[in-house]
Amino acid sequence: MTSTEKNKKYLLTGNEACAEAAIQAGCRFYYGYPITPQNEILTHMAIRMPQVGGTFIQVESELAAINMVYGSAAAGARTMTSSSGPGISLKQEGISYLAGSELPCVIVNIQRGGPGLGDISPSQADYFQAVKGGGHGDYHTIVLAPGSVQEAADLVFDAFDLADCYRNPVMILGDAQLGQMMEPVVFNKKCKPNLYKKDWALTGADGRKKNIIKSFYPVKGELEKFNAKLQKKYRQIKAEEVRYEEINIENADIVIVAYGTCARICKEFLKKDQSLNVKVGLIRPITLWPFPADIIQKVSERVQAILTVEMSAGQMVEDVRLSVSGRCPVHFYGRTGGGIPTPKEILKKISEIVSVKVKGTCAT
Amino acid sequence: MEAIYKTPKTLIDTPTHYCPGCGHGIVQRLIAEIIDEMDIRGKTIGLAPVGCAVLAYNYLDIDMCEAAHGRPPSVATGIKRVHPEKIVFSYQGDGDLAAIGTAEIIHTANRGENITVIFVNNAVYGMTNGQMAPTTLINQKTLTTPHGRSEKNDGYPLRVCEILSVIDGSRFIARTSITSPKNIIKTKQLLEKGFKTQIQEKGFSLIEILSPCPVYWRMSSVESLKFIDEEMSKTFPLGIFKDWENQN
Repeated sequence: MTSTEKNKKYLLTGNEACAEAAIQAGCRFYYGYPITPQNEILTHMAIRMPQVGGTFIQVESELAAINMVYGSAAAGARTMTSSSGPGISLKQEGISYLAGSELPCVIVNIQRGGPGLGDISPSQADYFQAVKGGGHGDYHTIVLAPGSVQEAADLVFDAFDLADCYRNPVMILGDAQLGQMMEPVVFNKKCKPNLYKKDWALTGADGRKKNIIKSFYPVKGELEKFNAKLQKKYRQIKAEEVRYEEINIENADIVIVAYGTCARICKEFLKKDQSLNVKVGLIRPITLWPFPADIIQKVSERVQAILTVEMSAGQMVEDVRLSVSGRCPVHFYGRTGGGIPTPKEILKKISEIVSVKVKGTCAT
Repeated sequence: MEAIYKTPKTLIDTPTHYCPGCGHGIVQRLIAEIIDEMDIRGKTIGLAPVGCAVLAYNYLDIDMCEAAHGRPPSVATGIKRVHPEKIVFSYQGDGDLAAIGTAEIIHTANRGENITVIFVNNAVYGMTNGQMAPTTLINQKTLTTPHGRSEKNDGYPLRVCEILSVIDGSRFIARTSITSPKNIIKTKQLLEKGFKTQIQEKGFSLIEILSPCPVYWRMSSVESLKFIDEEMSKTFPLGIFKDWENQN
């Protein structure tokens, strides 16, 4: 691949689509370290960056990668790194500094099984790490969860705009399945790298006052003031940037909440399974932070139950429960360590929920 | 009458937070003088470390960036790759550069990154009240080596210049001190050479400066300078370890 044409379909892995979309979005500085299942991002960048006059460095560590991203972001450029599980853990220090210095960047996180070295199969066990901060301090990254290769590409475009708009790191949270599978993808979004003026960037203080990029506030009261500013920004993001997809939720008896790969499986289940005598809908969060709490709260007021399906031991379900606040029962079905829920398993779980409901009805 | 000694334009005229007898003020003044003399204020970007010099951005009137502990060489790389025409330097202490940031400095040098590193070695962690540094001398007492640094338990002082000089990507590596006007003038010349190395796109340069920390060495200022000249310089010999101008 040497360039992309508008409207032309390319058959790419999710990883390659993320890498190419970043280039199309004006990212010219990528720093990465090999780790499966996201290696195709590095290899694509290694080929493409020199073609577009960009920089690709295979670094000595994830620490170096995220700190080079910090430097390029501070210098005013669109910049990206990517990794998985163990590598993302190492990047957390830098992500905290990026958030604390209000620097825009994109981090692609293609989740694998954990904890520890885990394995390289699909997982959603790094949800907490992604949406609750991950590093030290009160901060958030914006977290976008694509459900297809096309959506991965589109969200990478949006990620760069969101990062620049809010001066905040944005994470694309996929998994091994999304990263490795191939689907047709078109690159039709426009590159808007100069949409936001970066008069805070380090460019040499020629004819102006100096700029300082920092997250250190040693004078009493300064840090609290800065944190208040950050929280105000996060409230604005929560108010304006929530995204989700809903399917058949109007008349649903039971609503499934699932994201990414799990949402795809649930969609298959909704399409195929007509054997249930309950109506099942789906809410698919696209932004995991900010979380689509309002719509989940709204449906919880009228459905019999909510089922959260994840490739984890139960992480997003905590945010679902917070949104529901006891208005309806919240059930959970999850697989861990590379296990992927099947439509059949989801059917079984829903049957159980329904039978519990029926039993409950008899008891009264 | 013309003033022959005045505050450099690039040095902000404000009291510093440094302890009495500390060397950071001298080194930062030298940097400011060089930026003035080379007329590069508008195209220089500095990196401040975690450690005593973290507030260097309050004293130098140039664009500056703070970096996580040990990471200035990586952050400097990220900046320099965006602005190859700008002059990028990192200012680092011994804990930052030779302990937690060892991987970063070695690989940045190995890539031949065209930046200048100013390495202030005072053989102790100052900001956290005086613990052992990677460059603490054998038998030197610190808060965490109360009986003196033991090679058996703590290993040996790390000689950064010697290590970096055998790395193919490094171009100018030198060690100096600021114990006398003569040594301060020499230090300034070496710092200028570091900036010149970068401006001429020769690649990675590092200048290590042996610098006093009287408060955490539990010495007077005068004793501290004597300690550098008579003790520290034995473990860390002064000199130029690598120079692109003298390479075939």
